[in-house]
Amino acid sequence: MQIDKDRFLNILFISPSILAVFIFVYAFIGWSARVSFSKWKGLTADYTWNSINNYLEIFADPRFHVDIRNTLIFTGVFVIGSILLGFLLAVMLDQGLKGEGFFRSLFLFPMAISYIVTGVVWRWLMNPAMTGSRVTGFNILFQNLGLDFLANTWYNTPIWGMASIALAAIWQMSGYTMALYLAGLRSIPQELREAAQIDGANELQIYRHIMLPLLAPVTLSALIILGHMSLKVFDLIVAVAGKQLPLDVPAIYMWQVTFDGLFYGKGAAIGMILLISVAVLIIPYIRYTLKTEAQQ
Amino acid sequence: MNKKLFALLSLLAIASLALAACGAPAATEAPAEEAPTASQVEVFSWWTGGGEAAGLDAMQVVFKAANPDIEFINAAVAGGAGTNARAVLATRLQAGDPPDSWQGHAGQELIGTYVAASQIEPLNDLYESEGWLEVMPETLIPLISQDGNIYSVPVNIHRANVLWYNPGLLEANGVEVPTTMDEWFAAMDTLKAAGVQPLALGEQWTKMHLLETVLLGSLGPDAYNGLWTGETDWSSPEVTAALENYAKALTYANEDSASLSWQDAAQLVVNGDAAFNVMGDWAEGYFRELGKTPNTDYGWAATPGSGGVFQFLSDSFVLAVGAPHRDAAIAWLKTAGSKEGQEAFNPVKGSICARTDCDKSLFGEYLQSAMEDWATNTVVGSLTHGVVANDSWKTEIDTALGLFIADGNIETFQSALVAACASSGPCK
Repeated sequence: MQIDKDRFLNILFISPSILAVFIFVYAFIGWSARVSFSKWKGLTADYTWNSINNYLEIFADPRFHVDIRNTLIFTGVFVIGSILLGFLLAVMLDQGLKGEGFFRSLFLFPMAISYIVTGVVWRWLMNPAMTGSRVTGFNILFQNLGLDFLANTWYNTPIWGMASIALAAIWQMSGYTMALYLAGLRSIPQELREAAQIDGANELQIYRHIMLPLLAPVTLSALIILGHMSLKVFDLIVAVAGKQLPLDVPAIYMWQVTFDGLFYGKGAAIGMILLISVAVLIIPYIRYTLKTEAQQ
Repeated sequence: MNKKLFALLSLLAIASLALAACGAPAATEAPAEEAPTASQVEVFSWWTGGGEAAGLDAMQVVFKAANPDIEFINAAVAGGAGTNARAVLATRLQAGDPPDSWQGHAGQELIGTYVAASQIEPLNDLYESEGWLEVMPETLIPLISQDGNIYSVPVNIHRANVLWYNPGLLEANGVEVPTTMDEWFAAMDTLKAAGVQPLALGEQWTKMHLLETVLLGSLGPDAYNGLWTGETDWSSPEVTAALENYAKALTYANEDSASLSWQDAAQLVVNGDAAFNVMGDWAEGYFRELGKTPNTDYGWAATPGSGGVFQFLSDSFVLAVGAPHRDAAIAWLKTAGSKEGQEAFNPVKGSICARTDCDKSLFGEYLQSAMEDWATNTVVGSLTHGVVANDSWKTEIDTALGLFIADGNIETFQSALVAACASSGPCK
């Protein structure tokens, strides 16, 4: 009797959030999916069946090809850059240097700032003007230091402009990866390191053969977390460069096509493509985490 | 742990969710119940700051004087060019809760969106009873109509096809103000050779603005109008030539254009860093703000090839289908179209009246010249600012333009424009 009452109370407690999640997450995903198969264009809802034509149109669209290229560049530079820099910072902090707490906070602080603020600051730092009175930020710094060859057009550079936006994202998120790696490094027992040293391994070999393999789960987490963030990136790009096609990504295209152009069907289809691409990354990870947690 | 308290709290949470669900529809029905009193009018706009908000206030005073018993409710939503306001408006319209009247760019931006969804009423009777057809340019009316029905009351007029120039730079290099495309290119060649930045350009929408003026200057007003009615073939060699002109004009622009706002770009001209800039006449208000003097720090002319043509854009007000206070809304529209209303609004906003009979002495030097042109020129509409193409069409052109700026391929650009006209415009 007691157990039944407990179960009843349990269900009662979680029912508001289940209800809210069901309506505001799953019901709306379902509705978006339905809209993505419709001919809806304009302010009045139109659910006329359009099969997969919206999707075909998007995949044939040269603008979407630009979006995919940009997302790949951004994801590659951002994820690899954040992981490398984060790992490096963590290893340095792990050497037991003075003022570790200070540096740890310093590297973590950028994470507390919103992408919009980061974007506004980096927009100024990466001002693409090379000459004349409009040069500011890095370019003028390079000029004054006599490093003129480093000055460049940043996010206005054709094709690779996206990489410089990833720089701002690396600045913001590498502190987070550092925290992940630092926690990972601290959880590795000191005995392992000592045993390796007794066996005659040098520092490099210890990191290569002991630390890195033990840190693999941390790297996977970082990869997934950063990866899904970069697929959804929107605010940072808009804050740095506005909405311009050379720096277009699927999220910006979705926004413009839906709210500027009133192509609701097509916009919903882009939304579904984004959802699926994030899900492909996240779902195996969640299953993996749940499985390992259950084993423990 | 106190289970009873928890149970109570969660019950409370469920109950409040349920109540919230019941509450929402009741709230949206409320304005409808007040309808019979007709003692108020709700006017929706994105005029929340600067000359626009001050102009709306001035017009409101005129409205109050004429209709002392109607309460004016200013439902303005902040956000430049109405991006936020339009999203809010769309939500209200879908919930069946329209404001009595709202602001929008005159022309297809309003017609393509709201007439297609049967959300605004034709205003032909009002135009006739108020005599507006006599005081507004004849060539304006078809641009704000669909199938013979006029759908909005334009309050102000801005001009899109203005070539701003730095008189000092032109004089120093012996360049005359160009009136044709070829003269313009020749002038910019001279300037470029002398080491002067010939053309100042900004972010992507300012490039669309340049495109529409080059199309107009290359094709002439009739063929330009035909682009938007389906009479001019987008795939014709004339359009190809116009796009080639556009591609050529882009080669004279500053390389960091993508990172400049329209203000940044316009400022280059008055600061003597560039010779020409193509921008709407709101730039003049900005130059005055910077403390610059007309005809010494900046000069103006119609964009090359568009002399005698006034490419306009306009903020206008509409009448909602099912407006809760229909009579009061009509009273508001009468003020918006009246001489007093427009004379109150425009000097403050820095634009000219849609009517041609406003008192010129109220306006500055540039605006007086614009008023003369407005009354005498052929009127055509702007693409970037919502007159000639609906939102869907404009977005497709914007995408095609963005791809063109990246790859410079005129042929694909033109075929994308042909496709855009077929999918969202009148072309079949």
